[in-house]
Amino acid sequence: MTALGPAASLRDAYGAALVELGERDPGLVVLDADLSGSTRTQLFGQRFPDRFFNVGVMEPTMMSIAAGLSLGGRTVFASTFAVFAAGQAYNFVRQSVCYNRANVKIVATHGGLLVGGDGGTHQMVEDIGLMRGLPGMTVVVPSDAATTRAATFALAERNGPAYVRLTRESLPTVTDGSFRIGRAAELRSGNDLTVVAVGALVARGLELADDLARLGISVRVLDAASVKPFDEAAILKAARETGAILVLEEHSVLTGVGALVAAVTAEGHPVPVRRIGVPDLFGESGDPWALLDRFGMSMQRIRDEAWDLLRLRGRVE
Amino acid sequence: MMEPPRTADVAALETTAREIRRDIIRMTYLAGSGHPGGSLSVTDLLTALLFREMRIDPERPTWPDRDRLVLSKGHAAPALYAALAHRGFLPRAELATLRRLGSRLQGHADRGKLPAIEASTGCLGQGIGMAVGMALDARLAGRSHMVYAVLGDGECQAGPTWEALMAGGHYRLDRLVVLLDRNGLETDGPTEAIMGIEPIADKFRAFRYRTVEIDGHDFPQILDALAEARSRTDGPTAIVARTVKGKGVSFMEGKSAWHGKPPSKSEAERALADLGSPEEVPAR
Ligand SMILES: Cc1ncc(C[n+]2csc(CCOP(=O)(O)OP(=O)(O)O)c2C)c(N)n1
Ligand SMILES: [Mg+2]
Repeated sequence: MTALGPAASLRDAYGAALVELGERDPGLVVLDADLSGSTRTQLFGQRFPDRFFNVGVMEPTMMSIAAGLSLGGRTVFASTFAVFAAGQAYNFVRQSVCYNRANVKIVATHGGLLVGGDGGTHQMVEDIGLMRGLPGMTVVVPSDAATTRAATFALAERNGPAYVRLTRESLPTVTDGSFRIGRAAELRSGNDLTVVAVGALVARGLELADDLARLGISVRVLDAASVKPFDEAAILKAARETGAILVLEEHSVLTGVGALVAAVTAEGHPVPVRRIGVPDLFGESGDPWALLDRFGMSMQRIRDEAWDLLRLRGRVE
Repeated sequence: MMEPPRTADVAALETTAREIRRDIIRMTYLAGSGHPGGSLSVTDLLTALLFREMRIDPERPTWPDRDRLVLSKGHAAPALYAALAHRGFLPRAELATLRRLGSRLQGHADRGKLPAIEASTGCLGQGIGMAVGMALDARLAGRSHMVYAVLGDGECQAGPTWEALMAGGHYRLDRLVVLLDRNGLETDGPTEAIMGIEPIADKFRAFRYRTVEIDGHDFPQILDALAEARSRTDGPTAIVARTVKGKGVSFMEGKSAWHGKPPSKSEAERALADLGSPEEVPAR
């Protein structure tokens, strides 16, 4: 089995991609709200100071300004932390950006519990649900730096609103960067069980698959980075061919990808689905990776749920 | 020579503030993350409030007539925790748990975990609104305690700050006092280069606040401004306190790089030397 690739920063990949996009498209504009060092839009700002607007601590208005800048035909990127992009600015994203069908790409960093020390106020675990509920919004949750880079380019080429959720922590490389909007990437093939994962938990899904492979159990692993449009065909195919789905996400199970997979399978091909993610709780301060364990996303928990599903399916005793 | 009594009092406050600053350095060092710059700039304001002006009692933390403090710039939580500990609201030993899993001392203060916190903050622009609500609640209940909201100057770029300020002026909340930690810097650099907020005192005045400008590291000036605010009966007060981000630590002063970065072991030791006396800190 292939080992995971070296850890790389999703934020660095985004910043570097922005600079390249800026070279290609002289009209492209980038905005930030006083977090440009953390989001890495600073790299674009240093290279193209005239096309970079650090508007200060005003995330809602940043979205409106971004929309206004885009309505004449520009591609606009706007970045801040996920809690401010999807939370603080929600109705501005809804009306200024989505209702206008504005060509604004919101790239939010610091999604999920992996924010760590800042605590529950800053650990945004509801953003995927909020953003995928918006008509016309494209939502991407990259699992590594390679997908971040590919998604940044793909979204720049596609007209319309988009939300990308990045993680503060560096993540192991799990994909070959062949991300496509609307397509789930099959990272492992298998027929006994399917893991659908996004973001930081894709690596844990691969670890599970590799562990079980040693026991002769084959687990299909789908990286569902394209949360919207969602690859329903891949999900239904997995439901038909493997009969059970385990969903892993560093997001509230109430409104995240697990809820989406449950809905898609319930309507299209009902099979047992288990959602592993953040329960109905706010996060708290702590070591980022310890928080995943604390909130129910440990490898042990993932293994236990997988065994349960395999037993249900009669794949193991 | 006879010292006027005031001078001895100011010296005591300065000593307390220095101890709080030392704790801010130890805490952010041990946590390996956090916001030293804006904690150090706001320390003297918090010290004057908690150790002199505010009517509070660690024996009765929920006493209904206590004065209220809302740290709207919630990332300065280390300063608030250290000041509360020195004031007797929590054990000083607990300060070492900042940002650790299971700690009551969250990265941004959580009212549900630590009762001495009047309102949870962290996302900017909301503390001032909660302070307005508390002042309205006091008025409805016929109580006359003060409500203090401490704002950052970067936070003054946020629209909700002005919505809440407008409400405080509109309702003529004479028990409301807004203290602005005017350290000139936000995360990415100087406020005036990023999104200028000047003339800030005039803006507060236009929003119906009696506004004074003081040196936010000068205790007599801080105490005078707070005393005057308490004596008001016709509307809210704004105190624009000019401060230095990173105050007291030579290499942090005036540098936005220290907004959200903890000191390393050697930096923490240099900082503690700056703040009165050298001290070795344990490995992290
Ligand atoms: C709504 C919101 N946006 C962004 C942030 C991230 N953030 C934390 S502190 C800060 C800068 C604040 O500057 P200022 O108010 O001047 O704080 P100080 O200099 O006193 O530390 C930012 C942007 C936040 N906490 N809340
Ligand atoms: Mg400031």
